[in-house]
Amino acid sequence: MKYLLLRRLSQLTILTVFLLGPLAGVWIVQGSMAGSMTLDVLPLTDPLVFLQTVLTGHSPAATALAGGIIVLGFYLLVGGRVFCSWVCPINMINDGAGWIRQRTSIGDGSLGTTLRYWLLGFVSILAFTTGVTGWEDSNPVNIVSRSLVFLQWQVIWVILSLFIFGLLLKGGWCRICPTGALYSLLGYLSPLKVRSSNRETCDHCNACYQVCPEPQVLVTPLKNSAGSSPVILSGQCTNCGRCIDVCHKNIFKFGSRF
Amino acid sequence: MGNDLKSDTNTNRRQFLATSATAACGVVALFGLSGCTPDDGGAVLLRPPGAKGDFLGACIRCGQCVRACPHKTLKLVGLLQRGGTGSPHYEPRQIPCEMCADLPCIKACPTGALDPELTDVNKIKMGVAVLVDQENCLNYLGLRCGVCYRACPSIDKALTLDARHNSRSGKHTLFLPKVHSSHCTGCGKCEKSCVLPIAAIKVLPRSLAKGKLGEHYRLGWEEKAKKGKSLIPEALDLPDRMPEFTLPSLDEVKP
Ligand code: SF4
Ligand code: SF4
Ligand code: SF4
Ligand code: SF4
Ligand code: SF4
Repeated sequence: MKYLLLRRLSQLTILTVFLLGPLAGVWIVQGSMAGSMTLDVLPLTDPLVFLQTVLTGHSPAATALAGGIIVLGFYLLVGGRVFCSWVCPINMINDGAGWIRQRTSIGDGSLGTTLRYWLLGFVSILAFTTGVTGWEDSNPVNIVSRSLVFLQWQVIWVILSLFIFGLLLKGGWCRICPTGALYSLLGYLSPLKVRSSNRETCDHCNACYQVCPEPQVLVTPLKNSAGSSPVILSGQCTNCGRCIDVCHKNIFKFGSRF
Repeated sequence: MGNDLKSDTNTNRRQFLATSATAACGVVALFGLSGCTPDDGGAVLLRPPGAKGDFLGACIRCGQCVRACPHKTLKLVGLLQRGGTGSPHYEPRQIPCEMCADLPCIKACPTGALDPELTDVNKIKMGVAVLVDQENCLNYLGLRCGVCYRACPSIDKALTLDARHNSRSGKHTLFLPKVHSSHCTGCGKCEKSCVLPIAAIKVLPRSLAKGKLGEHYRLGWEEKAKKGKSLIPEALDLPDRMPEFTLPSLDEVKP
C-alpha cells in the first residue's frame, strides 16, 4: 500500500495547491497544468500542448519554453510516465473505474498498447496542418485539470465519461492517452526504473500482473530467461510502484536502469 | 485478468497493428472531431489584449491571463462552448476591459500568444465597436442619450457624435454615435454602458466588423490635404448652358 498511498498524497497535494488560489485566495500557483507559474519563479508547461503549439508554427516565448524544458528534464530524470501515476488527476478516476471493472464483469475489451502512439501522431498532424492546438478541445488531461482549478462544474460530464470508459475498457483512457504516450517516450531514456532484482524467487502468483496498469511491461523483466534485463525498461511503465506494493516475495524495487 | 498478459503478448503483430489503426480511427472520430475546426468554428469571441490571428495556435489555454486580470474581465471558454474550450475571452456587456496601464494579462502570458510587444494600451485592438442596431439606438431615434459616447475612454477619438439633420421632425438634430476603428480598442465600455435592455452598440471581432476599400481607391479630399492643393486644375471652366440653348423643339429635329 505504501506507494499507492504516496501517489494519492502526491496527486491530491498538487491538486490542492492549485485549488488554494481560487478557493482560499492563497496563490502559490497561477494557471493550470497546461501551463503554470509557481511563486512567480517556476514556470511549467505541459509538453503535449507545448509540442502542438510549436507544430502550429508559433515559437513560444521564453517563459513557456523554460517551462517546457523544466518539465521534460524533470520527467526525463524520474521516469516519463511518473506524471501519469503521481500527478495526473485522471489517474484517480481511471484507477477507481479499473478497480470496479476488475471486481465485476462489466467490460473486458482492450484498445491495445500502441493506439496511444497513433493518437500522438494524429494530434501532432492536426496541429501542424490546421495551425490550431485542436486536440486541446478534446484532451481530457488538460480539460479535467484546468476545469477543476477553474471550478467549471461541467467537468463532471468529462469525469463521468472517463469513468465509464475505464469501466468498459482495460486500462481506460490511460491506455490511449497521447499525453501519456509522449511521456512514455521520455521513460525509455530515464534512469529511475523498477527492477525485479530477485526474480528467481517469483512464484507466479500473478499479483503484479493484475495490479499493473501496463502489464505488458512486466513480461520480459520477470521471465528470467538468460540475458533478459531484470529492469522494467519499457517507457510505458508508469513507475507507480504498485508491483512493489503487492509482491509478497518483495521482488521489485526502485533502482537505476544501469 | 491473467489473460491481460496473454492477449497482449500472443496477438499476431500485424493484426494487432490493423486493429490499433481501426480503433485509432474510432477514437479520432469520438474525441477528435470537435478539435478538427481549423478556425474558431464561427464562434464570435473577443480575445484578450495582444491576441493575434494565430491565437488558437499560440495559446496553450493555461488560464494565467484570466487569473491576472484584476477586473475579472477575462474568462475561459466553457466546456461545451465553441471557439476553443479553455481559451480566454471576454464579454464586454458583462465586464468590459479596463485597459490597465500595465497590461497584467499580457505580462502573465507565458507563450507570447498575447503579444508582449504591445505596451501602449491605446494600441490595443481586441475588436471594434459597431452601432449594430440603428433602429433602436436612442440617439438615432432623436433623443439625447449618448451614454456610450461619454463612457468611451477615447471619447471624441474612437467614438464621436455626428450631427445630422432630423428629417423626420424637420427641425431637430440627430447626434449619431460613430466609431472610428483606428482609435477604438474594443474595450467595450460603450457596449457595457448602453442604456437599452440589449445594447445597440456592440464590440465585434475586427475581422467580422471591418470592410475594406479597394486598393486603388483614393479619397480626393485626403489626397488634396496631403498635396496641399487640388490634384487637378482648381476650377474647370465648363461652358454655361443658357436657357435658350436647351432642348431643341421637336419641330426642329423632325426631318
Ligand atoms: S511495472 Fe510496476 S511500476 Fe510499472 S506500471 Fe506496472 S505496476 Fe506500476
Ligand atoms: S487590460 Fe486589464 S482589464 Fe483588460 S483584459 Fe487585461 S488585465 Fe483585464
Ligand atoms: S496566458 Fe496566454 S497562453 Fe495562457 S490562456 Fe492566456 S493567452 Fe493563452
Ligand atoms: S469599444 Fe467603445 S468605448 Fe471602447 S474604445 Fe471602442 S468605441 Fe470607445
Ligand atoms: S448608449 Fe445605446 S442607445 Fe444610447 S446612444 Fe449609445 S448606442 Fe444609442
